[in-house]
Amino acid sequence: MSKMDSPRQSRRNFLAAGAGVAASVLAKPALAGGGNPANQPPNVPEWSKALGEGVAVRPYGKPSKFEKDVVRRDVEWLTASRESSVSFTPLHELEGIITPNGLCFERHHGGIAEIDPADHRLMIHGLVERPLILTLEELKRYPRVNRIHFMECAANSGMEWRGAQLNGCQFTHGMIHCVQYTGVSLRTLLEEAGVKTNGKWLLVEGADAAAMDRSLPIEKALDDCIIAYKMNGEALYPEQGYPMRLVVPGWQGNLWVKWLRRIKVGDQPWHTREETSKYTDLLPNGKARRFTWSMDAKSVITSPSPQAPIKHGKGFTIVSGLAWSGNGKVKRVDVSLDGGRNWWPARIDGPVLDKALTRFYYEFDWNGEPLLLQSRVQDETGYVQPSKAELRKIRGVNSIYHNNGIQTWHVQANGEVENVEVA
Amino acid sequence: MVRSRMSKSLKFIAGALVACALAAPSLAQQKTDVKAGPRYHIGRAPTADEIRGWDIDVRPDGQGLPEGKGSVAQGEKLFMDNCSTCHGEFGEGNGRWPVLAGGKGSLTSDNPVKTVGSYWPYASTVFDYVRHAMPYGNAESFSVDEYYALVAYVLYLNDVITDQNFELSNKNFTTIKMPNEQGFVMDDRAATEKSFWQKDPCMKDCIAPVKITARAAAIDVTPEDSKDKKSRGVE
Repeated sequence: MSKMDSPRQSRRNFLAAGAGVAASVLAKPALAGGGNPANQPPNVPEWSKALGEGVAVRPYGKPSKFEKDVVRRDVEWLTASRESSVSFTPLHELEGIITPNGLCFERHHGGIAEIDPADHRLMIHGLVERPLILTLEELKRYPRVNRIHFMECAANSGMEWRGAQLNGCQFTHGMIHCVQYTGVSLRTLLEEAGVKTNGKWLLVEGADAAAMDRSLPIEKALDDCIIAYKMNGEALYPEQGYPMRLVVPGWQGNLWVKWLRRIKVGDQPWHTREETSKYTDLLPNGKARRFTWSMDAKSVITSPSPQAPIKHGKGFTIVSGLAWSGNGKVKRVDVSLDGGRNWWPARIDGPVLDKALTRFYYEFDWNGEPLLLQSRVQDETGYVQPSKAELRKIRGVNSIYHNNGIQTWHVQANGEVENVEVA
Repeated sequence: MVRSRMSKSLKFIAGALVACALAAPSLAQQKTDVKAGPRYHIGRAPTADEIRGWDIDVRPDGQGLPEGKGSVAQGEKLFMDNCSTCHGEFGEGNGRWPVLAGGKGSLTSDNPVKTVGSYWPYASTVFDYVRHAMPYGNAESFSVDEYYALVAYVLYLNDVITDQNFELSNKNFTTIKMPNEQGFVMDDRAATEKSFWQKDPCMKDCIAPVKITARAAAIDVTPEDSKDKKSRGVE
């Protein structure tokens, strides 16, 4: 990455899209678009003369080398080891609603399990008429469903409970992704196994070195859960649970057990470590909420944002963002330029799907004055995304999970953007 | 679950019909028979041995506890050899590794310390978790007796067990009560956060003009920044 030598580029903008290109653009104001004049009109650029690589030289494609900064990143101080840690989706570089497989955030408790599908088994037992053990190939013989859903870690934005801390929506909101899953309806398998009348809960368990286990109520299991083996058309990536994972639409990511190996039907919840010591929301009175599964409606402006500053100066400006709700579809999104005092309806573009990311835009003529940019979603249940102050009033600041408060980006006159709190 | 009103034998017949339909070129018949719960006869029943190998979960009521026993003293040795590097000799935690003991009375403070003793509602959770995932990097490698011993020691570190000679077993396990068992409430967002559901969200002059009150730049912990990292942390 070239040196940030423009006064308009602070070291804070290190992750700006194609920062090398951007910096040289700004360093050479005489050029209309920056870059190398030898490759620009009226000259014939080198790639228009010499032959490029042939087919299958890149048998599995990857993004242009000029997009190499569009990657998952982690926050090293967050955790003790990288095997039990999290990486973040670069939301500020993405558009639409689908997350590319290689950019879906990761959360592992015992590292990525590299599983030979020939050896993987899914076992269903407990309070069922017919216990089952299945190979991946057998699972693929069951009727398939395709569903697009977001998956959000309950701790997404958890570092921001006490105030603005991280500069970049990759870090404040990047524990989310949205892909199309293909797999088998969990209901289909439970019917095949025949759940007994006293079967009220499922224990779902992974095959990695953490063998994470969680309790799932039977109502949700029979409603819309999927055992998925494909994401965005191809096999699950190992870091997303290859060869199979659970999909629990609208509910916190921790329930979406990866490397799924076992489903046990029981009559009570198990109160595993993940649903007692973790994923319980501590309130100011010392009590903690448990079984807070669903993810409340939330939104964030992905650009401009700290890693995606405005580089063009004043003029026509596109605000792009994401909205979602674990309780259904997005109904509307509003955008504020003055920290929540006044709001304007955003334009939603692309599909509005149940429990999926929804893309919104707000286009306006920026006069170059500083902005306090916010977005606010309302879902189809009528739930309106609260301000951080409203949320803290009820939950305090020690909940860790389910921080869905309205995010504020301070856009400065020079186009730089900072994560701030307002009151 | 939508359960068929048909008798078991009728269900069986329906299942058999579905199986025939699957073998036939058309699947139309299966689609009309959803209420009976179509069966596909794909996969097999696991053997008792296969289930036994993976069936390692434990519930608060003791369901799933394997036969075995281990003492606090035995657990202490195992803990020192296998766990203390990360968790500290007294469960105080090293670096960012989890703190296992202490933290009593901290849940209403500005810095709640959530440990087995201060936070976890059930002792079964310790057994379930430790046997699933510990020792870190060599999971499920201890014997059942060793897991009992380790759990006994962790409970001892938390003053839940006070006798150093105590031997924890599947027979006495459910007598263990944890201090914070009553510290949990069910998800009550629909009631306590009712005000978040609104018909028409405010659009104009909703609040007084705002000012910036805090900045992420002042905290300065965003990755790839060269300055010293001060963190507020999150688990």
